[in-house]
Amino acid sequence: MTSDHPRPPPRRRFFAFGRNELNGLFWQVLVVGIVVGVVAFLWSNTVTNLSARRITTGFAFLGREAGMPISDSLLAYNPRDSYLWAFIVGVANTLRVAVIGIVLATILGALIGISRLSANWLLSRLAAVYVEALRDIPLLLQLLFWYVLMQALPAARAAWRPVEGVFLSNRGLILPAIPLGPMQLWVLGTAVLGCAALYVIRRWLIAQQMRDGKPRPAWPFALGLVVMLPVAVSLLRGVSWTIEWPELRGFNFVGGLTLAPEYFALLIALVTYTSAFIAEIVRSGIQSVPRGQWDAANALGLRRSFMLRQIILPQALRVIVPPMTSQYLNLTKNSSLAVAIGYQDVVSIANTTLNQTGQAIEAIALIMAVFLTISLGISFFMNWYNSRIALVER
Amino acid sequence: MTAIADIPDAPRAARRPQTGNPVLRWLRTNLFSSIPNGILSIVLLAVLAKGIFSFAQWGIANAVWLTPANDSSACKAVRGLGACWAIIPEKYRFILFGTYPFDEQWRPALAVVLFIALFYLSTRRAFWRRELVFLWIGTLALISLLMWGGVLGLSFVSQDRWGGLPVTLILATFGLACGFPLGILVALGRRSKLPAVRSISVLYVELIRGVPLVSLLFMASVMFPLFMPSGFNIDKLLRAQIAIILFAGAYLAEIIRGGLQAVPRGQYEAADALGLSYWRKHRLIVLPQAIRHVIPPLVNTFIAFFKDTSLVLIIGIFDLLTTAKTAIIDPAWQQFSVEVYIFVAAIYFVFCFAMSRYSRSLEAGSAR
Repeated sequence: MTSDHPRPPPRRRFFAFGRNELNGLFWQVLVVGIVVGVVAFLWSNTVTNLSARRITTGFAFLGREAGMPISDSLLAYNPRDSYLWAFIVGVANTLRVAVIGIVLATILGALIGISRLSANWLLSRLAAVYVEALRDIPLLLQLLFWYVLMQALPAARAAWRPVEGVFLSNRGLILPAIPLGPMQLWVLGTAVLGCAALYVIRRWLIAQQMRDGKPRPAWPFALGLVVMLPVAVSLLRGVSWTIEWPELRGFNFVGGLTLAPEYFALLIALVTYTSAFIAEIVRSGIQSVPRGQWDAANALGLRRSFMLRQIILPQALRVIVPPMTSQYLNLTKNSSLAVAIGYQDVVSIANTTLNQTGQAIEAIALIMAVFLTISLGISFFMNWYNSRIALVER
Repeated sequence: MTAIADIPDAPRAARRPQTGNPVLRWLRTNLFSSIPNGILSIVLLAVLAKGIFSFAQWGIANAVWLTPANDSSACKAVRGLGACWAIIPEKYRFILFGTYPFDEQWRPALAVVLFIALFYLSTRRAFWRRELVFLWIGTLALISLLMWGGVLGLSFVSQDRWGGLPVTLILATFGLACGFPLGILVALGRRSKLPAVRSISVLYVELIRGVPLVSLLFMASVMFPLFMPSGFNIDKLLRAQIAIILFAGAYLAEIIRGGLQAVPRGQYEAADALGLSYWRKHRLIVLPQAIRHVIPPLVNTFIAFFKDTSLVLIIGIFDLLTTAKTAIIDPAWQQFSVEVYIFVAAIYFVFCFAMSRYSRSLEAGSAR
């Protein structure tokens, strides 16, 4: 070693077996060896056990007749359908509660988070109590509690009618509905197309404003594309939009939209529980906007709504969106608690399948596949949204 | 009150004259600062008064507090009008301790006290030293001894007879105590330069975090016997405990990883310069700093685990929630589940609220 020519030590390459590399290689071999060993041990046990119980591995069982009843489903189902279809019905049920739950929890959570910051002492205290109480009690307990309350509601004949056409009884919540046929779906399709067109036009308008600084209102386009266009289509094609009012006949309701007690209890529990967490995220997001931003916006004389929309919210959202993603994932995963009250989501149906067929590995693998896909989907969407609102450093 | 001052309405309110009766002044700034605010306050007060009044009517005025043993007729008489708190003295032993032999129930009760003392001591800064690890090991061993017995004249109680609050505390505490070292190892593995170790750690964390705890518990209860050699079987509680440890390990690993990332590079380099080995570097220099960074999120995760242990209800393990649910199967008391759920919710709330207060005081302390 020559001390008169101090040189930085050469970077060690992976295959230059110095002491550290040998050490590293040893650890890797050790860890991989242990993991492979444990997995191989479990695998061989499993294979022996399965053959002892005469269970063939593989997904062939999915084609067999399921024979399990599913009382409340979005998709048409009868017990003679295959396990595969039962499973898809379960996924649809999970998505039905997760998607609606996410939307409602976001709205409720944002309202409560804003209330927490209200100048009104009473409102902010009440919001704080709500958050603290719901966060500190297990979700499963809340779910059982709501379910017990649902079951304690009066029978269909003595149903509560908070508003005309809305019934709340031990059969669940019954709402008036608009039946959607193919014609109505076409009209809704044009509305979606209108929204897409509006999005493109709005970007163009903003680009124009960037060029010459003149604001161009987007609302005439919104009115035309999202409201007038579908109305015009339904008038031209003579699509009728009738409201179907639920009615009590005998012991049950006919018509309208029924939210079964299991679904309704699960939805309430998930929404209220998650909203408490979302409220805290929204509150800290708004508080993270420096005071100077409020003051500067006030000093510019901006209208309050404009200030919130253009100054405060974009900055708050940067703090709010990343933790929101994990709340959405939590809500989706928590929807699997449905099994405790008998709402048939994907976990509950996979569990029944497992009990009926003994195909434990396949059933659990399917659950994992479904949840990993949903998680990836939500993460992907939220990351895309996050990158859109993230601070662009120039 | 600081939260209110952060709102742009506050300066306008502050400009009002600061004279007059302090109570009136407080009311004016906090409840009636503007006309819409005043209307809101009145509406909220009315709703709140109505809510408190009807709850008091149900929960206090019309409630039945005590009945003769195993006789729910007094409760049935006020059904729908008043609460039946009498179910709590009737069933509390079962809810708290499950099917543990009745005459021996002082043992789980003492175990609960030991748990609480252990938690309390762990929150004191004066106890944050290496000896705390020994305190934990010693107390947990003592608790196991109390619960199982079989020595020192204590009769043996097998763990299928355990139930209630001790089971909830055992699942949560052992889940944490074992999940924590596992989390540290996985977090180090995920930041390791060794590709095989890193990918195994990533795979483990992402797989566990990607699926609901319910499915892990199903796996523990249904698939575990398949994984083991035939004839070898371990008890249901232990299987659930393993699932909870694996679950906790993955979540704790992610938090500890955040702490590791917050330790400045200079600290690693200084440790390397001193010639410390990998393990000594992490044990003496890096981990103490990393964990100190993440104590508030760790406490929040502990709260989440404590609540999540209730999910073992789904695989039929007798934790606090399951004993509560079982207590109301009794036909005489079936209709009074709301009261029992409120009682159990209060127990969970006390534990979680204490922890969340503690986490907040830590955050306030570290912000200063």
